[in-house]
Amino acid sequence: MFDTLADRFERLSASLRSRGRLSDADLDGALADVRSALLEADVELTVVRAFLDALRVRLAGQALNQSLTPGQQVIKAVHEQLIEVLGGSALKVTYASRPPTVIVLAGLQGAGKTTAAAKLALWFKQQGRQPYLVAADLQRPAAVQQLRVLGSQAGVDVFSDASTPVDVARRGVAEAARIGRDVVIIDTAGRLTVDRELMDEVRAISDATSPHYTFLVIDAATGQDAVVTARSFHDTLALSGIVVSKLDYDARGGAVLSARGVVGCPVVFASTGEKLGDFDLFHPDRMASRILGMGDALSLIEQAERTMDADVVAASAGRLMDGSFTLDDFLAQLNQVRKMGSLGGLMRLMPGVTKEMRSAASNVDDRELNKIEAIIRSMTARERREPAIIDGSRRSRIARGSGTTVNAVNQLLKQFGEMRKMMRQMGGANPTMPPQMGKFAALAARRGADSLPAGFEALGAGMRAAPAPKGKKKKGGRVTPPKQR
Amino acid sequence: MIVAIAIVAALLVVGIVALVIARRRRARSLAPASDQPPLPQVLVTEVVERPTLDEAPSLGTRIGATRGVFERIRSMSATGALGVDELAIVEEVLLRSDVGVATTASILDGLRRDGAGDGVAPTLRRALRACLVDERSVRDRAEPGRVAVWLFVGVNGVGKTTTIGKLAHREIAAGRSVVLAAGDTFRAAAAEQLGQWAERSGAELVRVGEGADPGAVIHDAIGRAAARGADLVLADTAGRRSNSTNLLEELAKVRRVADRGPGQVVETFMVLDATTGQNALSQAREFLAAAAVSGIVLTKLDGTARGGIVVAIERELGIPVKFVGVGEGVADLIPFDPDEFVDSLIRA
Repeated sequence: MFDTLADRFERLSASLRSRGRLSDADLDGALADVRSALLEADVELTVVRAFLDALRVRLAGQALNQSLTPGQQVIKAVHEQLIEVLGGSALKVTYASRPPTVIVLAGLQGAGKTTAAAKLALWFKQQGRQPYLVAADLQRPAAVQQLRVLGSQAGVDVFSDASTPVDVARRGVAEAARIGRDVVIIDTAGRLTVDRELMDEVRAISDATSPHYTFLVIDAATGQDAVVTARSFHDTLALSGIVVSKLDYDARGGAVLSARGVVGCPVVFASTGEKLGDFDLFHPDRMASRILGMGDALSLIEQAERTMDADVVAASAGRLMDGSFTLDDFLAQLNQVRKMGSLGGLMRLMPGVTKEMRSAASNVDDRELNKIEAIIRSMTARERREPAIIDGSRRSRIARGSGTTVNAVNQLLKQFGEMRKMMRQMGGANPTMPPQMGKFAALAARRGADSLPAGFEALGAGMRAAPAPKGKKKKGGRVTPPKQR
Repeated sequence: MIVAIAIVAALLVVGIVALVIARRRRARSLAPASDQPPLPQVLVTEVVERPTLDEAPSLGTRIGATRGVFERIRSMSATGALGVDELAIVEEVLLRSDVGVATTASILDGLRRDGAGDGVAPTLRRALRACLVDERSVRDRAEPGRVAVWLFVGVNGVGKTTTIGKLAHREIAAGRSVVLAAGDTFRAAAAEQLGQWAERSGAELVRVGEGADPGAVIHDAIGRAAARGADLVLADTAGRRSNSTNLLEELAKVRRVADRGPGQVVETFMVLDATTGQNALSQAREFLAAAAVSGIVLTKLDGTARGGIVVAIERELGIPVKFVGVGEGVADLIPFDPDEFVDSLIRA
């Protein structure tokens, strides 16, 4: 749907390279593209301007790197700048020397505070702490009940009583101290920033409990309003960090950059799914890739590892590499992939996939995959092992059995043959796989993928253009460090 | 078609497997090197004192300054052709209202081509109005012998349950009998929340336990409504991401269940939070495909957000906004007035 920034820069002519550096005109053109990309990702206009100013300084006069095209160089700079802005000063979560450590969660209605409170509690529990939840949202009907249910799922006790929010918060903290809990998380009522009364309420809760941390929970899909929200809360509460919610949606999440840019406090946690465990420290590099629409290989891998059956994948991956990959394996892997979500959604996470591929994938009706499955399931066990034996009469039998056409069977077999041949060529090659995928795609395009040729040609190039996924995962457990406030 | 799918699927399979393998290898090759002691899980230090209210950061003060653009557009006296500065202000106004890059560009093209005619504000108002659809009546009657159903869909946290409560209140006040179906069986305590609204408004509630099949709940509610001769069923559904095929398929199924037998789905409302940015467009697209959305309820418009993304949604997908939420009170859900909305987009 959107041009990714990477696609646009493909068009920046390679002839720029001979000049050795970007001219002002080149720079203006590139920055205009960056501007559109950021705006499409919902980054706030003022934050966009500040970002572009910084980017211009970074790029101006910079000598062109001979190993990168000018477009790639601009993308690299944008990516680095994003990481710098998003991760500039991280927050170190420390614990009060006299427990409990008090954390207040604030945010707009529907941002996901109550869910974030329970997820945060679970996270602290996994860190070996004894968290305690306080339900001070007495505004929304059944918010207390929701926190109780989530708390019991997380195995964390919830404090609530029917008085005023400030009293609940104060008593909750006292109760936590009494029973020896060392982290208290206070869920407050959602509010609209214009509502003075509720803002005063959260300020009163804050004054009454002297929280060590005040986190703003912000929805990743928020638009230009994110800065107004962040600023109002910051003015009222002096935020110490941001928790971004609903990162599993397909929103680009520019709101995170906006909020970060306007209040200057770090993004600490990210909530990435509906389950309570889908919550972790925030990764600036992933967010940067996401805002740029460059795919998010790490998230893809993690999603794969979470949902895929490791044994199935390992077994068939081995056969994939040595060329003895069968249609059974293909079917098994296909089903593994389908467990992860829609093809269009997965394609969006895959790095280096071009716009054409992406839109082709998002137009694919996942139910059509049933046809592929039907075709394979209409084959005998031997046919699946040795597709070569499938002759004309077998083909028409398979087509009848699966309710498709002989043509569809032919195309599937042809594609499968190409894929197998390709993988055999790659053999047990070196670990830098993604570029070879480009080769695979290019080959597939040359040999008969008539419906998608443009996408595939570009895919080969795109694969190489994308920065290699960062392999290292941050060590869990602590957020790293600004020195002092 | 099948070729495209086979390719996409094969590519994904190969790609994901390759990525996983690459990462495993890297992990293996890194493993021996990491003989350093692991970092302590938790660093206990003296807590710094509680933050005081800081001076507003410089970027923030600049935002206050830019708020002026909304005022300037009204006072712009230019007629006829517009200069670069004036176009830039119009652009800023539209972008700040979340109208989006594509729609903004198309409106600017129009202004550049045709000039401002009788002034910037009226021309812009007309251009925005032209993006909105004309037909936005609310269907509330089913064919004879069937029960009208309004189905509510949307992502998490946009205010679906609250919207239903308020609409129930509105319809009951208009003298109709309403049954609420607690079809959000996923979110903890969603049914309780709807139950409180039912009590307040005097509607009947049909609910089952958490984790039950949402289609069954809605089916029961329609059966109950038909038996009692109720006029309208308002059916809640669980909030869901718009990029999950499974959840969208479930929604399509819920809609099919609601739309057969005595039930007839006369409106499918997508509830949309006015603070949502460009992602609202893809939400609308996905929900339109899965559940044949026939109208939008734009909530939380009483905050500072302007909700301009609905201009893009109406322009590109033709789904009309039918109600807007302008406050937390039970009466604060009102029919959408396009002229007033367009006016609010360019109001300071």
